[in-house]
Amino acid sequence: MVRLITHNLLACHAKGCTSNNFPLQLKDVQIALREADFNPDFVRGFMPKIEWNALVNAARQLGDSSLPAEQPEMIDDDLLKALHHVLLEIHIEEGQMTCPNCNHVYPISNGIPNMLLAEHEIA
Amino acid sequence: MIPTPDLSHLTRKDYDLVYEPAEDTFILLDALEQDAEELKRLRPSLCLEVGPGSGCVSAFLASILGDSSLYLATDINPHACRCTIATARKNKSEVDTIHTSLTRPLSSRLRNSVDLLIFNPPYVPTESTESQEGQKHGQISGSWAGGFDGMEVTNTLLDESKTLLSANGRFYLVAIKQNNIPDISQKLSECGMTTETVLQRRAGREHLFVLRISRNSTDHE
Repeated sequence: MVRLITHNLLACHAKGCTSNNFPLQLKDVQIALREADFNPDFVRGFMPKIEWNALVNAARQLGDSSLPAEQPEMIDDDLLKALHHVLLEIHIEEGQMTCPNCNHVYPISNGIPNMLLAEHEIA
Repeated sequence: MIPTPDLSHLTRKDYDLVYEPAEDTFILLDALEQDAEELKRLRPSLCLEVGPGSGCVSAFLASILGDSSLYLATDINPHACRCTIATARKNKSEVDTIHTSLTRPLSSRLRNSVDLLIFNPPYVPTESTESQEGQKHGQISGSWAGGFDGMEVTNTLLDESKTLLSANGRFYLVAIKQNNIPDISQKLSECGMTTETVLQRRAGREHLFVLRISRNSTDHE
């Protein structure tokens, strides 16, 4: 399924679409919240892989404004908990993700993002 | 001993559409179990399984490493995506599953970021067309039909693997003898990767291998 941690790792891969192809824009989404065990070391250790602005914007699109616009230098416990929730507990069940560059639409259905391309769209 | 994941939620109907765990699955579980303590010490935070099928292997990995990692999976077969999510939840974990071919939509964001890459590929030598049709339509034949030398799908991921793996990352790959393991090893060594055999065994007509592939320690590109 698509949690925001995964949304943060997906880019458009259509033919010729190699710049400005991330982050995919969320649209018409339905979300489900599922509690996950909090592992502060995991969240802290994962942050170098995360694009902060993309995460904050995606969270705000889903109505969660718990993250500051600028990535703080120090990550305190409260922020770790907020990150845990945003990254791991919000599940996008339905909706679509649109490439900001080529406007290709990737649908999400039953929690599964369909990132397949037709043969003529493959790079 | 780490228990095999609970797959009791999957039915005969699921296995009409999705590869049912068999000897090749179990040798991979055995290899991961054999390396379990070392894997925990490596503290992987991002595991990616390509072609999880029933989801058995990712669920097993999640039972070894727990909540210290993100588990991603990609499958070209939509039923396999559904089964993988269900199997993860049945076994009290989450595997974020993406319906796609190999690692395509993840490649640009996961450069040097994958700590554990896992692939039990379609390794059976077949006609190329049979392999391509299986992949194109996301059918169950795509889980075994491997084209020339059984390597047509695997070769694509081998080419990508160095870009994906983190410095201490590891790639576990299932293969059979006909895939020509010395060739795989040679090809990988030319791009600065080391291949070791973790396990091998004969199961019926197949001589199965689990290979562990990593970047050379001297190579810090």
